[in-house]
Amino acid sequence: MLESYIRKRLTEKPILLMTHIVLGYPSLEDSFNIIRAMVEAGVDLMELQIPFSEPIADGPVILSANQKSLSAGTRVAQCLDFTREITRTFDIPFLFMTYYNILFKYGVEKFVSRMAETGLKGAIVPDLPPEEGKDYQSAMVQKGLSPIYIFSPTTTASRMQYINGFAKGFVYCVARKGVTGEATTFSESLGDYLLRCRENTHLPLAVGFGVKDKSDIDFLTGNADIAVIGSETIRLVEEKGVSAVSGFIRGLR
Amino acid sequence: MKLRGYYGRFGGVFIPEILAATFDELEEAYLKARNDPSFWREYETVMSTFSCRPTPLTFAENLTRHFCGAKIYIKREDLNHTGAHKANNVMGQGLLVKRMKKTRVIAETGAGQHGVATATMAAKFGFDSTIYMGEVDVLRQRPNVFWMERLGATVIPVKDGSRTLKDAMNEAFRDWVRNMDNTHYVLGTVCGPHPFPEMVAWFQSIIGIEARKQILSLEGRLPARVYACVGGGSNAMGIFSGFMDDPVELVGVEAGGKGLETGLHASRLKSEDSSIGVAQGYKTYFLQNEDGQMKETHSVAAGLDYVGVSPILSHLKETGRVRFEAATDREVVDAMAFTIRKEGLIPALESAHAFVQAFKEAPGLSPGDIIIINQSGRGDKDIFTVADAFDDPKWKAFIRDKAEGYHA
Ligand SMILES: Cc1ncc(COP(=O)(O)O)c(C=O)c1O
Repeated sequence: MLESYIRKRLTEKPILLMTHIVLGYPSLEDSFNIIRAMVEAGVDLMELQIPFSEPIADGPVILSANQKSLSAGTRVAQCLDFTREITRTFDIPFLFMTYYNILFKYGVEKFVSRMAETGLKGAIVPDLPPEEGKDYQSAMVQKGLSPIYIFSPTTTASRMQYINGFAKGFVYCVARKGVTGEATTFSESLGDYLLRCRENTHLPLAVGFGVKDKSDIDFLTGNADIAVIGSETIRLVEEKGVSAVSGFIRGLR
Repeated sequence: MKLRGYYGRFGGVFIPEILAATFDELEEAYLKARNDPSFWREYETVMSTFSCRPTPLTFAENLTRHFCGAKIYIKREDLNHTGAHKANNVMGQGLLVKRMKKTRVIAETGAGQHGVATATMAAKFGFDSTIYMGEVDVLRQRPNVFWMERLGATVIPVKDGSRTLKDAMNEAFRDWVRNMDNTHYVLGTVCGPHPFPEMVAWFQSIIGIEARKQILSLEGRLPARVYACVGGGSNAMGIFSGFMDDPVELVGVEAGGKGLETGLHASRLKSEDSSIGVAQGYKTYFLQNEDGQMKETHSVAAGLDYVGVSPILSHLKETGRVRFEAATDREVVDAMAFTIRKEGLIPALESAHAFVQAFKEAPGLSPGDIIIINQSGRGDKDIFTVADAFDDPKWKAFIRDKAEGYHA
């Protein structure tokens, strides 16, 4: 199970790293090489985003990666086949991140079955609040996959508890308002918010949105269990190419 | 939230967690306003003093005589301030923003109509305003951009995706998740997550309330059919709601573009090209591919050029309460030209879609029947688009000379 994997890893290191890539950007072959570099550099978990034409929770970097991947012709079926190969090749947990319409169009139950066959451990669907996701929730539980839910700084304590009732694996805490890829101030108020998250779930906490370097990760160590790096690695690959990934990840802790 | 806003299997609230609290707040403010009779009275006062409500119901005598069938009436939403029914929704939401004590509004716009209406409301109520508009639309609709900027709005061209209305909507959501503390998103039609469809339909219901009263006082009986164009569906829901419980046939007309068979259209409810999906926060029929990626749409009328449609209308299609048709670009331009010449009315290209279908059906009805066409907006202010659609040589010469003048 995802949660026990995370707990076990946490006995070996103080904070885990989760990275995020958009499948098919710049190409599936590059995606494969980026994943290999990340796994070899010691990333503990990875989110693989199936591109969607309307990614409302994503900022400019990931948005543009979604669009370029789609323009290059990336299809959902390809992402599933590709991921099968990835989970066979690399020995860390992989999650899908995508928007609900991708699951809905495929057929939620069918999609979740395919995820299980593909060897994924869970999924993050940012536009599917628990209230709207009954079919998804039951299919995920039935297949032993972890539906990852999100806490935000505007989430009240009672709503955190409500969401916690559905969450498995870990809870994804977005560090601030806004979308992915903008600067985040790693300050005391973020610490207070993470304390609030802790009080309302027993699951490990992942923190994402704006995590970009070692000092951010040092701040999060002790306050959270998983640091999520999304836009920053995409930006890095754009600027310096796949070969820069390994050094960047190794420099984070 | 108290409700999830479902109409049959359509609607819902598919939003990122960061917006959950904002939607709680909005739903609460909306329900409070809805249950407070003084809110609607204030709304009517603003609409009758700042805009031109009630808008007239015009008997189209010449068109009626020409088609030798049903008696044709036209509901004149073009006479609203800023030239379209969009003002109804915008002023209503503006009053709500005052009650919520927010100081900034944002909006998406396609044609620019809703953007101009929002910028106007913001100027009147003293709000800051930012309008998101697809880059393609900014290029197509410069005069509206000009007015938005004069009204004090910041217009941001959206360069992502298809660079049209849906992308502007995504970008407005991205602004909102950052700035919800002081900002309200004035969504322009009966789409998006609950409570927007219900709330916008409520503000637009003023059209149908008036039209029903007007036709009963003019004719003493109800119309046989009511026609409205359907982009997101707000002007249609506005007029239809007045006749929902009456034995009146309701006809929604979508953008048939270059013809449904060409795939170059924006018909979600009449064509076979759409399927149910979830995007932009709600579930409805979308023009999308097998993977669930949204497709490009086409219409001569920018205001109808949208991939989704109101969840309320998707439901009313399934129950059979509303019939849907589509009008092609060609038919629309012809109907518009004809209406201008025959009746001295200048419908917007969007509105002209409703005229097309009414003209097709009027001759088959009896002189004892009445039909109402909703003229959602005026076409004269879209002179650049309309002149292009009419392919007017003298206009082109004028533009060339004008451009020369700027070179000098
Ligand atoms: C004049 C006019 N009519 C109709 C529409 C379509 O919107 P709706 O279907 O929400 O009425 C627009 C949109 O911009 C418009 O400007």
